[in-house]
Amino acid sequence: MEYSLSSLIDAAEGIGLAEAARQNEMKYNEISQAEIDEKMREALDVMRQSAQRGFDPKMHSMSGMTGGQAYKLQQAVQAGITAGGGFLGRASARALAIAECNAAMGKIVAAPTAGACGILPAALLTAQEEYGLSDETLIDGLIVAGAVGEVIAARASISGAQGGCQAECGSAAAMAAAALVYIRGGSAKQCADACAFALMNVMGLVCDPVHGLVEVPCVYRNASGVAGALVAADLALAGIPSPLPPDEVIDAMKAVGEQLPPSLRETGEGGCASCPSCKRA
Amino acid sequence: MNLFDIIGPVMIGPSSSHTAGAARIGRVARQLLGEKPVKALVSFHGSFEKTYQGHGTDRAVAGGLMDMSVDDERLRRSLKLAGEEGLHITFQPVHLRDAHPNTVVIDVTGESGRRIVVQAASIGGGRIRVQSIDGIEVGFSGDKTTLVIRHTDAPGAIATVTQLLSNARINIATMRVFRREAGGQAIMAIALDAMPDDKLLDSLKHLPNVTDVTLLKQI
Repeated sequence: MEYSLSSLIDAAEGIGLAEAARQNEMKYNEISQAEIDEKMREALDVMRQSAQRGFDPKMHSMSGMTGGQAYKLQQAVQAGITAGGGFLGRASARALAIAECNAAMGKIVAAPTAGACGILPAALLTAQEEYGLSDETLIDGLIVAGAVGEVIAARASISGAQGGCQAECGSAAAMAAAALVYIRGGSAKQCADACAFALMNVMGLVCDPVHGLVEVPCVYRNASGVAGALVAADLALAGIPSPLPPDEVIDAMKAVGEQLPPSLRETGEGGCASCPSCKRA
Repeated sequence: MNLFDIIGPVMIGPSSSHTAGAARIGRVARQLLGEKPVKALVSFHGSFEKTYQGHGTDRAVAGGLMDMSVDDERLRRSLKLAGEEGLHITFQPVHLRDAHPNTVVIDVTGESGRRIVVQAASIGGGRIRVQSIDGIEVGFSGDKTTLVIRHTDAPGAIATVTQLLSNARINIATMRVFRREAGGQAIMAIALDAMPDDKLLDSLKHLPNVTDVTLLKQI
């Protein structure tokens, strides 16, 4: 099958993006609609549990580098002392919580990877809280996000070792942005535009884990990733068209990944990992 | 590709390659051993060696050896559980030539004294590749239900196996055969589209030239 956002938009004509993605999945992977929805419901349950676990102030990773920070952010948001306000604060705290849960060997759903697992669930669960959405709507959002992620994985990459962090947290933000647009009633074209904005805004982001572990800066990039997804979704929902065709933006992301030197692709050598103080530790 | 390659897998963190893939490799070793393990020497190469503690790769391999799945919450406590269950595990660094950066060699002994050595790599996104079994170079993923059959390299050894599968109307998705030398020990890795029953497995075990049959379930 051809993987492109433009063909997804065509397929969504008259039925919407979630239904088009469901039909594709049923056609190519011999799975029933009920099975798709059931598996997505299970994923949603695990996402919810990982968000709850991640707010434990005593939780920490094996290395001790991360843990307990999501709780701090949640407290600050509740106290009204943050700059970004309620929705952004709760979404970024939730993304941080899930990423910290992952770093502490908790159970998560890779979306699309373990390192970027906080972004999509944080976007959807916080939107549910804010707008009173049903779980069925969130499942539609997950399906839209999955379809967008498939296009990115097929045309570019979702692996930090291949494409840098733009391919992991960037892809997760693009998937979350498209899902947010869908559940807020945007069109398939607006979903694709949101995906393009999200990727454009992190084009070139490197994968530079300190000590080679999925912790610093990864967990914080999950928090900023959901913020990027919200901005990208808002741009698209406002009717601002992507100035570049979304499929071309995905292809550009692939090309940038290929141009990144190995030191900036998950080897734990360049970027944040090269800071003298973390070499001493 | 399917939607659940993107929204999934459900797994214990923090890394699909260093944790989920490692647990899968441990579980493949356990299934190939076919019994409760009592002793294991686990050698980490490359990135696995550098980051195994921070990624819980050691816990993941140990959990896999105890037959835990990639989403089993007990993975975190597996080293303690191994001690309680009488599984003695030693971890050590190793430098292998021309190996994938995420490679592990598991030398495991079971309660009957049966012992196997498995080398495998975690190749990204939780997917794995088994590279050798008891020193015989192989190369299969275990993405699908896979029959691993050890046999003596002899004319007709493969045909008798595929005939039994054909009789049972089980389609072979992919098949590879490896041997140490002509007429020596050999291994077939046969990925299947359907699950064979116990009766068929038993018939396979009793074929001439076949020394051992393991059914690796999708894990």
